[in-house]
Amino acid sequence: MSDTVIEPTVENPPVVFTQDKIGWTAWLQPLAEGELTDRHYEALVDKARAKSAYFALLVRDPDILEARTKTDNDIFYNTKDGLPRAERELAATAASRLNGCILCASVHSRFASQYSKREADVQKLLDEGVGADLGERWNAIVSASVALSTTPPSFTADHAKRLREAGLSDEEISDVVHGAAFFNWANRLMLSIGEPTPAG
Amino acid sequence: MTDTIDVIDHLVGITPGAPADALRSRRPITKEHAQKSWTALFEPVDESQASLVERFAVAVFVAVLHGDKSIKEFYGTKLAGLENGTVILATVKALAELNAAKGPYGHYPEGPLSAENTDGPALDIGPTDRAILGDRLSAALEHAYLLTYHPRDASPAELQKLLSAGWSTTGVVTLSQLVSFLAFQIRVVAGLRVLAAA
Repeated sequence: MSDTVIEPTVENPPVVFTQDKIGWTAWLQPLAEGELTDRHYEALVDKARAKSAYFALLVRDPDILEARTKTDNDIFYNTKDGLPRAERELAATAASRLNGCILCASVHSRFASQYSKREADVQKLLDEGVGADLGERWNAIVSASVALSTTPPSFTADHAKRLREAGLSDEEISDVVHGAAFFNWANRLMLSIGEPTPAG
Repeated sequence: MTDTIDVIDHLVGITPGAPADALRSRRPITKEHAQKSWTALFEPVDESQASLVERFAVAVFVAVLHGDKSIKEFYGTKLAGLENGTVILATVKALAELNAAKGPYGHYPEGPLSAENTDGPALDIGPTDRAILGDRLSAALEHAYLLTYHPRDASPAELQKLLSAGWSTTGVVTLSQLVSFLAFQIRVVAGLRVLAAA
């Protein structure tokens, strides 16, 4: 086998956390659309993802991509009960800000703003980092997400207590846990098999 | 075998009917696919690009780096049951314990965020351990260390080290998913343990 890495030359790479749309380019060869079988399409879940370098690279191992995608979609999109979508996206943004994933943070901060209508607070989190003061409920969610995201994780009963005092039920705290935990999966992939590029 | 146990329930110590069981049961799709993720990585249909020994050795290593004793023991028992697993388990555990750190740290692309750069260790496995583990597994553990503690230091050069040690592109994808999945699983378990104890 003669597999090789790709070393892209990215002009004007994104160097700050932003809510703007940015792109991403792979460091390993994604599968070309002509190489995709029915199994690959099934694993992509959403067929349009065949056009994304990130998913077209991950689909090389279809079984884990399919299970991962279905886990992801349920944690973030299943909002018939539990934590509002905006605050799941806040947990994802906080984890991404701590780990340093500029691309993940851009996508999920946009969602957090869209669903919460609190674009300025979301921007404050990106600009100032995870210590930004966003009001007690959001501070409690960010603090819990950060504690879960350190290695080793440092989430304790005190974080859960603070979240309960901020009005979250245990079901909603479980949604915070899953949102932050999932981004520790997503950040590591997005950071390590490619890099962000300017928009469009 | 593992079809009958849910790994996250097992690691948290969730018993049927307990409050934490209810927390998980209200999200059946998440629960099902977290388990299917585990199965895809640890009971793979195809282990040609990443062997079971490699998968479980990396899992033990990552669990120790996260300071999680019971998760380490779970993966350690499975590794010990594989061919040559006992020797590898001892080496991997010692290596992880010796090099345990606190993350995340690392560098940003040059610019305003450079002020937030923080330094920390990188793992470079020495010749004695390398002789036991082989080049492929040594490279995998070094990469797992990077992904666990300082993922923002990743680069094409780091991936080249894996390819040079004999990993295929598809194997690197699987390895990256495995380490990243463990980062998720260990945190879900950590969070649910706190909620289960309340």
